[in-house]
Amino acid sequence: MRRTLVRTLTGVAVAAALIGTAACAPADKSDDTGSGGCTYKIAMMGPITGPNAGLGKPILESVKLAVDQHNKKDAAHCVTLVESDDKGDEAVAPGLAQQLVQDQKVLGVVGPAFSGPTKASGQIFEDGALPIISASATRPDLADNGWKTFHRSLGNDASQGPAVGKFIKDTLKAAKVFLIDDKSEYGTGLADQAATALGSAVVDRQSIQPKQTDFSAIASAVNAAKPDVVFFAGYYAEGGPLAKALKTAGVTATFVGPDGIKDQGFIDGAADAADGSIITCPCVPAEKATGTFAADYKAMFGADAGTYGAEAYDAATVFLTGISAGVDSRAKMLEHVNAYDAPGVSKHIKFDDKGEIDKSVIVIWTYDVVDGKIVAREPIQ
Amino acid sequence: MTLTDKLRTAGQKIRTADEKRASFIQGARGRWHDLPKAWRIAAALAGVVVLFALPNLYIPGIPFRTDEVDGGNSFGFVLSTIAIYVLVAIGLNVVIGMAGLLDLGYIGFYAVGAYSVALFGSPQSIVATKFPWLICVPIAIALAMVSGVILGTPTLRLRGDYLAIVTLGFGEIVRLIAVNAEFTNGTSGLGGMPTPPGTWPAGTELEGTKLFSVNDSRPFYWLTLVLIFAVIFGVKQLERSRVGRSWLALREDEDAASLMGVATFQFKLWAFAIGAGIGGLSGAMFASRNGHFGSNSITLLLSIMFVAAVVLGGQGNILGVTVGTVLAFYLPERFRSFADKRDLIFGLALILIMVLRPQGLLPSRRRARELADRRQEAKEATIVG
Amino acid sequence: MDFFQGMADNFSNLWTIIGDLTVTGLTQGAIYALIALGYTLVYGVLQLINFAHSEVFLVGAFGSVMVWGWLGYSSGAAAVPPLLVVIGMLLLGAVTASIFSGGTALIIERVAYRPLRRKNAPRLIFLITAIGASVAISEIVGLLVDRKVVSTPALVHQKFQVWFDPSDIGLNINSFGITNLQIGIVLCAIGMWLALDLFLNRTKFGLGIRSVAQDEDTAALMGVNKDRVIMLTFLLGGLAAGVAAVLYNLKFPQITFDMGFLLGIKAFTAAVLGGIGNLRGALVGGLVLGLVENWGAGFFGNDWMNVTAFVVLVVVLMFRPTGILGDSLGKARA
Repeated sequence: MRRTLVRTLTGVAVAAALIGTAACAPADKSDDTGSGGCTYKIAMMGPITGPNAGLGKPILESVKLAVDQHNKKDAAHCVTLVESDDKGDEAVAPGLAQQLVQDQKVLGVVGPAFSGPTKASGQIFEDGALPIISASATRPDLADNGWKTFHRSLGNDASQGPAVGKFIKDTLKAAKVFLIDDKSEYGTGLADQAATALGSAVVDRQSIQPKQTDFSAIASAVNAAKPDVVFFAGYYAEGGPLAKALKTAGVTATFVGPDGIKDQGFIDGAADAADGSIITCPCVPAEKATGTFAADYKAMFGADAGTYGAEAYDAATVFLTGISAGVDSRAKMLEHVNAYDAPGVSKHIKFDDKGEIDKSVIVIWTYDVVDGKIVAREPIQ
Repeated sequence: MTLTDKLRTAGQKIRTADEKRASFIQGARGRWHDLPKAWRIAAALAGVVVLFALPNLYIPGIPFRTDEVDGGNSFGFVLSTIAIYVLVAIGLNVVIGMAGLLDLGYIGFYAVGAYSVALFGSPQSIVATKFPWLICVPIAIALAMVSGVILGTPTLRLRGDYLAIVTLGFGEIVRLIAVNAEFTNGTSGLGGMPTPPGTWPAGTELEGTKLFSVNDSRPFYWLTLVLIFAVIFGVKQLERSRVGRSWLALREDEDAASLMGVATFQFKLWAFAIGAGIGGLSGAMFASRNGHFGSNSITLLLSIMFVAAVVLGGQGNILGVTVGTVLAFYLPERFRSFADKRDLIFGLALILIMVLRPQGLLPSRRRARELADRRQEAKEATIVG
Repeated sequence: MDFFQGMADNFSNLWTIIGDLTVTGLTQGAIYALIALGYTLVYGVLQLINFAHSEVFLVGAFGSVMVWGWLGYSSGAAAVPPLLVVIGMLLLGAVTASIFSGGTALIIERVAYRPLRRKNAPRLIFLITAIGASVAISEIVGLLVDRKVVSTPALVHQKFQVWFDPSDIGLNINSFGITNLQIGIVLCAIGMWLALDLFLNRTKFGLGIRSVAQDEDTAALMGVNKDRVIMLTFLLGGLAAGVAAVLYNLKFPQITFDMGFLLGIKAFTAAVLGGIGNLRGALVGGLVLGLVENWGAGFFGNDWMNVTAFVVLVVVLMFRPTGILGDSLGKARA
C-alpha cells in the first residue's frame, strides 16, 4: 500500500517535471484552430464585466459592428475580434496586454478604454510594437510617454479643458466659477486644464470621491461661494446626484459638465436638476455624424450607440481598412495608422506625431439638457 | 418525510462524507510522514521543479492555463499575481492563523510596501531618489513593519472584534490617503518602477535582455516563488521557537497565557510587525511587477478577500492558506466565461465551505482539534440542554 | 506660518458653513444610526459582527424602489404626487422594505449562521460566512439590475421648514435651513430607537432577548427558546434596516448594488463608536459620526470626509475601547 503510494507520487512528480522541461515551447500555441480561420485579429480592451461594464459596452459593440461589416464586405481579409476584459482595472491590464502582444496575429488594439489601464499597459504595447487606438482614454499625459504605438481617436482633456474654460468665460460670461473634480485621472486632468484657462475666475476647487452618494457637504460649500457656474469634471454616476444635491441646497449656478456625464444616467440621477445643465464633449452629435453608423448600430443592438461608440467605430475602421489594404504585420499597421487621413463617423481621423487626433480637426460641442433630453447646442469656436 | 427532514438527512450525509474525507487527508498526511526521508526529499524537489516550470507548462487535453480561454489573461502574469497573493496570505497567516489576531486591513501594509518602492524608486515620484530595486525592497519591508508597530501599539490592547474594525479603518485610511495625497499621485499613480537586476542567461531566446520587465511577468513569478520558500522557512522556524509557542498560547487563551508569564502584548506586536513586513514585501513585488502603482489597486474588498482566502484554506496551516489563496484567485481567472457571476459563486462557495468545514479545506492539525473540541462541547451542551 | 494660516482659513471655511454641515450631518447620522441598530442588536445577543447586515439594508432599498416602480412611481422628473398618495407610498415603501430586509436577515441567519452555531464555531468563521453572504447578496442584486445605477423616485417635495440666519445675532455663519425631509429622517430614527427600546424592556419577547444576551445557557434552562430569540433579533435589526432603506431612498437620488459595503462599515463604525451592544449607543454613535465626518469635510475638504470618520473611530477606541456609552445589551441596559 505504502509502496504504491510512493511510486505513484514520485511517478507523477517526475513525469510532470519532464513535461515541464520538455514542453517549454510557447511558440506552438499561436497557431490556433477554430475562430473562423481568419488570418488576422484585432482586439478590444476595456471593461466588459464588472462595475464599469456600462462604459465599455458601447465601445465593444461598436467595434463588433465595424468588424462585422468589414467581414461581410471583405471576406478575403476577414478579421477575428479578441475581447480583452480589463474591467477598467489597472492591476489586471498588464497581463492582458502581454497576452495580446504575444499573439502575433493581433495587429491592432482598440483601447484600453480607461486612462488607468492605458497608463499601466502602454509600455508593454510599445515594446511589442502593437499599435493601439483608444477611443476613450482622454488623460493628456498619456501621449507624453514617448510611445509610438499609442493613438487615440478623440481629443484629450487638454483640448477639451481650454475650450470649456473659453466657453464658460466668453459664452456664459461667468465671473465666478466653482470647480469640482472627482479625483479620477480624467477628472483631475480636465479640472486642471479648465482651471488654467479660467484663471482668476475660479473661486474654489474641491474634490468628491468616486462612489460618493451624499454631496450635502460640498453643496454647502458651493452655496457659500455663490458662483455663476459650477463646472464638474467627472462621470455621470456622481455627476447626477451632485447636480441634484446642488439644486436641493438652493444653488442657482449653471451646472456644466464634460463628456463623462453625457449619458442618460446623468439625467436619471439629477432628475429635475438636470434641465438647464450644459455638457461639453469632443464628440459630434449622432445626427451630425456622417454615414449610417447610428442607424446600423441601432439595427444590430436595438439601442442607440452610447458615449464613445462612434470613436470606437472609427478606431476599428482605421485598423480594418489597413487589413483590407494588405497590411500583414504590426510594423506595416503602425505605418498605416500614422498615415491614415480620412473622414470617420465622429470626425475626420488623422493622427499627429504623438498619436493625438490632429488639433485642427477636433471640435468641442456643447449640449443642453432640455426636458430630460440631451440636445446639441453648438460647437465651441 | 417532510422537505426539511430530507434536507437534514442530506446535510448529515454530506457531513459524514466530509468527515471521511477529513480523516483521509489526516491519513495521507500520516503516510507522507512515514515515507523514507530520501523519497520525501525527491518528491518535494519534483514538486518544486513543477512549480518553477509551471509558466511554460502545457498539458495537451488539460486546458489549465488561463491563456487557453478566449480573451484570457497571460498565464505568467496570473501566476505571478497568485504567487504575490500567496506571499500576502502567508504573512496574514502569521497574524490571523498563528497569533489569532483578526486583521481586516492588511492591505494597508501591502500598500505601504508598494508605495515605498514607487516613492523611492520611481523617477516620477516627488522623492525621486531613484534607488535601485535592491535598496527599495528593504525600505519597503522596514516601512511596513514600522507602520505595523505604529498601528499595533495603541490598538493591540483591544479585544478581537474591536481590533478587526480598527484594522479595517486603518486599511481604509491608507487607501484614502493614497487617493487624496499629493505624493502618491492619486488614481493616476506612479510608473517607471525599478526592477530587480539581471539579464536572461545565455542559451535562452531573449539572451542578454533584461530579465525583469513589464513585458514578461514569468521572472517575477520565479523570484516570488523563491521569496515564498524563504519566508515559509523563516516562519516555520519562528513557529517552532519560543515566539511561536507564545503565539499559540495567546491564541488559545490570552488570559491564561498572560498568567503563565507570556508577554502577550509584546508577542502580539511581533506578530503584527512580522505580518506587516511580509505584507510590505508582497506589495513591493506587486508594484515592481506591474511597473505602475496607483490608488485604484487598493481596495478594501481585496483586503477582505485575503482574509477569506486564509480562513477558507485553513488558518494556521501554510499549505492550507496557500491552497485557499490559489483557489480564490486562480479559478476566477481561468473561468472568465463566468466572469459576470464569479463573485456570486465565490460568495456562495465561501458560505458553503465554511458551514461544512469551519476549519477550512486543509487546516492545521492543532486548529482542527481545537474546532473538534468546540463541536463536541456544543453537542454535549445540546444533550444536557 | 503658512500651515497655521491654512488651518485658520480652513477653520473659517468650516465656521461659515457649519450650520448646513450640522444639519446634513445629523440627517446622515440618523440613517447610520438606524443601520447601526441592527449591528448592535445582533452583537448584543450573539457577540457577532453581522457583516452581511449592510446587504439586509441593500435589499430593502431595492425592494421598495421596485414596488414603487410597479405602482408607477419610478425615477425621473415625475411630479411629486398628492399628499395622501405620498403618505400611502411611504407606508407601503416602509412595509415592503421591512419585509425584504427582515426576510433577508432571517435567511442569512438560517443559512450562514445557524449551522455554525450548532458547531460552536469560533467567531472568525461567522465573519467569513457573513462576508460570503454579503458578497453573494450584493452580486445577486447587481445581476438583477444589470449592475446599473437605479434612480429613486422623488416622492417628497423637499422644502425648508425652518430658516436660521446666525448673522442676526452677530455670528459669521451663513444662513441655513432645515427641510421637512431632514426633520422626518431624524424623527424616524429616534422613533425607531424608542420603539425598539420599549420592545426590549417592556415585552416578553424583549425579556427573552435580554436574557439570552446576558447568559444564554441560563436563559435556555429557564425555558427561553434560544433559536427563536435569535431569529427575532435578526428580524428586528432587519426592520430597522428597512426603515433606514426607505429614508435613504427618499434622501438620495440613486442607489447602486455595491453601495452597501461603505455604508455598512460606516454604520458599524457608528455602532462601535457609541458602544456596541447598546441601543442608545447606536443612536448616539450614528449622530456623532454623521456630524464629525461632515465637519471634517468642511474643515479638510470634501475628499477627507471618510478619513475623518475612520480616524475618529481609531482615536475613540484607543482611549475608550468600549465606545462612548459603553457596551453590552444585557448588562448595561438591563
